[in-house]
Amino acid sequence: MRRATAAVLRKELRLELRTPQSVPAMALFSITTFVVFHFALQRSDISGDLASGVLWVTLLLGAMLGIARLFVADREEGGFDGFLLAPVDRTSLFVAKATALLAYLIAVQIVAVPAFVLLLLGPSPSNVGALIGLLALADLGIAIVGTLVGALAIQSRARDLLVPLIALPLLIPVLICAAKGTTPLLTDGGAHAVAARWPLTIALYDLVFGLVAYAVFDYLLED
Amino acid sequence: MRRYGERTALDGVSVSVPAGSSLVVFGPNGAGKSTLLRVLATLLAPHAGTTTVLGCALPREGWKVRGRVGLLGHEPLLYKDLSARENLRYHARLHDVRSERAEELLDQVGMWLRADEPIRELSRGMVQRVAACRAVLHDPELLLLDEPASNLDPAATAALEPLIGRSSGRTRVVTSHDPAGGLKDADLVLGLRAGKAELHGSAHDFDAAAIGALYA
Repeated sequence: MRRATAAVLRKELRLELRTPQSVPAMALFSITTFVVFHFALQRSDISGDLASGVLWVTLLLGAMLGIARLFVADREEGGFDGFLLAPVDRTSLFVAKATALLAYLIAVQIVAVPAFVLLLLGPSPSNVGALIGLLALADLGIAIVGTLVGALAIQSRARDLLVPLIALPLLIPVLICAAKGTTPLLTDGGAHAVAARWPLTIALYDLVFGLVAYAVFDYLLED
Repeated sequence: MRRYGERTALDGVSVSVPAGSSLVVFGPNGAGKSTLLRVLATLLAPHAGTTTVLGCALPREGWKVRGRVGLLGHEPLLYKDLSARENLRYHARLHDVRSERAEELLDQVGMWLRADEPIRELSRGMVQRVAACRAVLHDPELLLLDEPASNLDPAATAALEPLIGRSSGRTRVVTSHDPAGGLKDADLVLGLRAGKAELHGSAHDFDAAAIGALYA
């Protein structure tokens, strides 16, 4: 499985580097949305739960663009058939795609989060480590669910509609926990401690959906 | 039997291909030729009937067949933004084949000099040559070829003969719209129309003119 996962992942990243589509689209969407919020909220800066909500809604909606594109080349250029003809564990496709999506999300956030701090955030984030931890846990959940939904939606011509329709409700728990967890990190007067239940809940979510994906992904590839 | 929704694409087709022999499948567009190949390749599951490929019952034992079958269909199954070399190396990794095999094949089909150009910049004939390399990369026992000579000039056809032609020694199922060319390279003939077998037998029992009259 490791060989196939590495092969698919390497191919995936090479395609994205060769003809960048997902990461620039997600990054530009996120930054543009922060600019829109900057003007629409009519405030010089935001903090606390508002800042946390703006950050996570933007990152989540930006992720939808990457999820919708995740399997496009495989569908349109026969990559699915090429993979299915090989004597490999089909779960390796899921692992590789989820890892690629996770990499795209991290790449986007390296640009988008500083843009958010510059454009919107009032207080400087002092506990950067906790913020990175929450981002990583939430990204993992988005990558797992996004890969599942992407594989499901790609079978339909209405994939651009189906991806947000299916993925957003499924990701609501991640959104709630990530936003609740991030709020104390973005408050005026310095960061407060993050309640352990929020990152733990996201970790549990990641584990549950990881197992679900492992169990059902094979069937999504069946004709 | 195989259906697409309400439409029956294959029904009651009974054929047996001995190891090392070639079956040519004739039929008008929409007869079910490509569906037959996709069922044999394990990409489509049969809805009824018995399908045995390389001694394995499909779809139950499909996992035993994968990696032993090479499919060259209408789609080249190559990523357009990757080069021929990158595509073949990718498939070599999936099939656990050494990457030197990809280089040998590219050389064999005359694609060595264009091997680093993206697939989208190659002509259709060149793409077909690379696709043939992909189909035989893992040295499959059974080759499923959907009009393999399409887009190929005579020189390319000759270059591919040792890989996908009768001289390859592999068991082959080939669809064709060329009665004379198809019969020349076949041991067995199957004629399909609307998903049903219309004729079946030894290639020696049919002549190109009769096949042409039926399926031209």
